[in-house]
Amino acid sequence: MAKTASKSLTAIDRQGLSDDQLIWLLRNMLLQRQIDNRGFQLNRQGKIPFALGSEGHEALQAGAALAFARGQDVLVPYYRDLGLVLGVGFTPLDMLNSMFARAEDQSGGRQFPNHYTKKEAGLLSISSIIAAHLPHAVGVAYAFKLRKETGRAVLATFGEGSTSQGEWHESMNFAAVHHLPIVFMCENNGVAISTPQSMQMNIIDVIDKAPGYGMPGVICDGRDPIATYATVKAALDNARTGGGPTLVEAKCFRFLAHSTDDDDRTYRSHDDVRAERANDPVPVFTQLLLDAGIVDDDAVAALKKSVLDETNHATDTAEANAFAPASSLYTHVFEGAYEPWL
Amino acid sequence: MAVMNNVDAVRTTLHDALTNDPRTLIMGEDVGARGNVFLITKGFLEEFGPERIIDTPLAEASIVGVAIGMAMEGLRPIAEIQFADFIYPAFNQIVGEAAKTRYRSNGDYTCPLVIRTPYGGGVRGALSHSVSIEALFYHVPGLKIVAPSTPADIKGLLTAAIEDPDPVLFLEHKKTYRLVKGEVPEGRYVIPIGKADVKKSGTQATVVSYGLYAHQALEAAQRLETEGISIEVIDLRSIRPMDKTTILASVRKTRKLLIIHEDNKFGGIGAEISAMVTEEAFFDLDAPVKRLCGPDVPAMGYALPLEEEFMISTDRMAQAIREMAAF
Repeated sequence: MAKTASKSLTAIDRQGLSDDQLIWLLRNMLLQRQIDNRGFQLNRQGKIPFALGSEGHEALQAGAALAFARGQDVLVPYYRDLGLVLGVGFTPLDMLNSMFARAEDQSGGRQFPNHYTKKEAGLLSISSIIAAHLPHAVGVAYAFKLRKETGRAVLATFGEGSTSQGEWHESMNFAAVHHLPIVFMCENNGVAISTPQSMQMNIIDVIDKAPGYGMPGVICDGRDPIATYATVKAALDNARTGGGPTLVEAKCFRFLAHSTDDDDRTYRSHDDVRAERANDPVPVFTQLLLDAGIVDDDAVAALKKSVLDETNHATDTAEANAFAPASSLYTHVFEGAYEPWL
Repeated sequence: MAVMNNVDAVRTTLHDALTNDPRTLIMGEDVGARGNVFLITKGFLEEFGPERIIDTPLAEASIVGVAIGMAMEGLRPIAEIQFADFIYPAFNQIVGEAAKTRYRSNGDYTCPLVIRTPYGGGVRGALSHSVSIEALFYHVPGLKIVAPSTPADIKGLLTAAIEDPDPVLFLEHKKTYRLVKGEVPEGRYVIPIGKADVKKSGTQATVVSYGLYAHQALEAAQRLETEGISIEVIDLRSIRPMDKTTILASVRKTRKLLIIHEDNKFGGIGAEISAMVTEEAFFDLDAPVKRLCGPDVPAMGYALPLEEEFMISTDRMAQAIREMAAF
């Protein structure tokens, strides 16, 4: 693996990223896809009741994660954000413990998989209710501003379907009124479970909503990790230095059904899905780095082996862990002792 | 001890919190330059500045939702819903989010949030400025609900709510705002959430109430004293957690229980208290538990007869208590 910036790279604009950073992007994407696939495998094996994949979102999530400043920024994700949370400090073992609902899971086996929480990583706890997390993201950003913690920003993400919710609108508006350090990133894959974007809104680009709030809107190719990194980095830097909020729209495609409980053949053509594979960001970006000489075939094979080993290790460890115990049903309702049968 | 009304008790307690804890802030509709529609926060904007006294956009879901994020990030927000009737848009944020923050993160995140709101009728508030909302939130584990009725209890419980590490819905009966006066202890004064108060001791029946009706129930009981009827009056103060201990001790002494509340009867607070007493103290009872509550209609009307028909007069309370004592 090359350690210094490759001179031969002409095909891509690396946006100031080092070879190590470019390889970090690729590894994050490979890891996300590996763990996503593991979730579906474990579900089909009958080992876990539910899994949900982010396949097709890898590039934008790797790019956004690289723009996130660990130990400084706060991430308020939505459920289809595995690569993003892995990129900010949620580990493969965290994810597998969540899939198996183990006691070691960050939510103590309470939440569905993909409802991430990890305070030490700056990862806010979320529910399943669409756009309900966005006012929380705004509140965190308000706290940064009130405490004059410049240099910190919030990254909040959601799908295009979320933009139909009132709380999405209220959050955009509140953040703009108070000029808060927050970046709203729409991961627009064009479909909310089965409902196409055309039934959510009468516009093509979500960012067209931004001017109505007095907020800049920036669009990027969410299948390109470098472009998304550059877009999100610029927006976060702007927020961190008092420039206020930005709406980023990263366009992408969802390759899998909504979840293991969904059958997307009921609402879309799999010929179309297969055709989109030509733009699958994982092989496309792998080839880009190969063509640019930043990695070679051996390096790619080594990366794939390392993410497989990491996923296998996390799977074995989590599977060997115990379920969250029944007695934990009664903890953390309030601070201190609680009598649930009063 | 200073004598003040309920509005001043809310105001001074909020003022103390803002003065003593830089993490606190107030956010809501018209809390800034207007000083809140009941003038509770009058002068706060000038004293504490617009970053801590926030006139929010007119959107209740984000008043609560943004406050939740602030609380998760370490602030101590005090969110105001201008009238309890307007809390419905924030229902998801309160029930789906605030009440579950600690639980769903396995204790990693907490939500030390106070949501204050004026509720209740008798002020010609019509359908959308007079409702009681406590029963809608009573069912929700993870949420505390407080509804004190006197200035001292307001100070003690609002202080407790602001210092509480979990979300608290703090209900202020708007008719008591300027009607009720009383002594308030100086300095820091805290009443633990979940403790009812025996406002009058008696032997022949127990009356449990809260809010405006706690005052009327007490007045009714005092009247009945002149008829030789001895009634114990409990002001719940905290609706959830319920003070089972105080209620059961009283019922085991008087052997009769009447619950009086303004909120409608079906599925109300009285239903839960009644069920609890029936489960725990059935063989101590000398009479069926009774409830005197608002009728099951959507709300009280604007026309005076519609409001008066909904509200329970002190005379009606006295008669119901008399009948209970005579059973």
